[in-house]
Amino acid sequence: MKRTLRFQRKYLCIPYVIFLILFILLPILLIIFYAFTDKDGFFSAQALIDFFSTPTKVSILINSVFIALQTTILCLIIAYPLAYFLADKKINRNGVLITLFIMPMWINFVLRTGATRDLLTWLGVNGGRTPYLATLIGMVYNFIPFTILPLYTTMLKLDKSQIEAASDLGATPTQVFIKNIIPQSLPGVASAATMVFMPTMSSYVISDTLSEGKITLFGNSIYISFSNSQWNTGSFLALIMLIIIFLSMLATRRFSREPEVRGGTW
Amino acid sequence: MVKKIFANIYIYLILFLMYLPILLLVVFSFTESANIGVWTGFSFDLFPRLFQSHEIMVALGNTIIIALISSIVSVLLGTLGAIGTFYSKKRSKRAIEAVTQIPVVNAEIVMALSLTVLFVFLGTYIFRTSIFSFFTLLIGHVCLSLPFVYLSVKPKLQQMDPNLYEAAMDLGCTPRIALFKAVIPQIIPGVISGFLLSMTLSLDDFIVSAFLRGPGLLSGDKSIETLSTLVQAKIKKGPIPPELRALTTILFLLILTAIIVITIYRNHFARNSGIKRKLRRMKNGVR
Repeated sequence: MKRTLRFQRKYLCIPYVIFLILFILLPILLIIFYAFTDKDGFFSAQALIDFFSTPTKVSILINSVFIALQTTILCLIIAYPLAYFLADKKINRNGVLITLFIMPMWINFVLRTGATRDLLTWLGVNGGRTPYLATLIGMVYNFIPFTILPLYTTMLKLDKSQIEAASDLGATPTQVFIKNIIPQSLPGVASAATMVFMPTMSSYVISDTLSEGKITLFGNSIYISFSNSQWNTGSFLALIMLIIIFLSMLATRRFSREPEVRGGTW
Repeated sequence: MVKKIFANIYIYLILFLMYLPILLLVVFSFTESANIGVWTGFSFDLFPRLFQSHEIMVALGNTIIIALISSIVSVLLGTLGAIGTFYSKKRSKRAIEAVTQIPVVNAEIVMALSLTVLFVFLGTYIFRTSIFSFFTLLIGHVCLSLPFVYLSVKPKLQQMDPNLYEAAMDLGCTPRIALFKAVIPQIIPGVISGFLLSMTLSLDDFIVSAFLRGPGLLSGDKSIETLSTLVQAKIKKGPIPPELRALTTILFLLILTAIIVITIYRNHFARNSGIKRKLRRMKNGVR
């Protein structure tokens, strides 16, 4: 009698695991390998030395962090009250409004970026003359739906009785807002911030189109080393990006973990 | 009251600003001028010109083919992966979930570059020729959407009644049939939302396509053009080509119709299920 391998449900994930190993893990390991080798595959810290000894490269990194921070803050300032209003059942009765805010995301993003550029040019905010302003507007325009969504979901979960209790106990509306609503919505703010910060830093199309090539962000410099086939330099830049992502994950983990912990202790 | 008026003004102002660039393209798709902002009389001519443009049609076709195939592959791999992982031991489950998180948090450009480096590596040391083709592009798009399929199927598995599978087995199903008849129908909503998510991610993608494309598909011997890469090449040189304004109008109308249909369907469905629930409660005598 031929014995066949008995079917077990957990075997179903084998193709998935193989795919993950081959196309997610292996490429990342290769990037680390390429970042510290030269063209012939020998160990070399050339990319590292090059990066930190070239002022323009370091300034690109600092510049990107700066623009990403500004975009994040602007997005949060615009989206926070918006999400607060949208979560109010009296204003947004059946949640159709939130769909309207997500809808632009379904039109091709390159097309939207082009449209923003053409609109800004028409209005006189020319990428050639004011690249910085144009890029910032483009970034905020593109990433604002990503801020609205997480903020909206946390706003829906706000503990209304706590807010009422605070005002019953004599807190002024400003105090209620600062001491109760803001702390309660921090997890949403943290996840909204990560949804904007990383993509802004690593974006290519938006900064390239809106500043007409005048502003080089970190994403653009990775793209440039790709188009020049400089795999070692490119890998090193990608590795820096990976480290930044990892650090910001660590930084925001505290906030996103909080509700779980609270739920666990109760 | 004042708060409500202010809130409404704020909401509709932001909404207006968000739609402004798209609406501008839509409005100027009914005139033939080369630039937006210049109105040269009402005409529908851009629409036939859009369909006659070989370039745009090829790019559109490629985009749809890639989105469909990559979404189907992602859904198959991701759904099976989620089911398999759900029934795995705790330690391997944790490891798989950790790796699944990587593409979710990773920057798209880092993922694209890492895959490019992998294929360049394979091309130089193993295949001895450039391996960039439709398949490398497909792998890139699957990487993009696979974790999201996994993450949308997983909660459905957790909500599922764990006894269903056992019951099916007790009633004489083989494991395979039990899986198809008891487990899959329970997680179908998650699978569908995973598929839709994959489609939107693939349709919208620029970076992965730009890095991983090779010759093939409808583009023939040239590098595969998707809508994103084509539009990017165009807008790098100048304003959005007039034909693409017509395309924006069509896309906008399609999405608008889809949203209206979904909203009506959902409201209708919600109302009906509400009534049903009430009826059931009345029947059972529970208030």
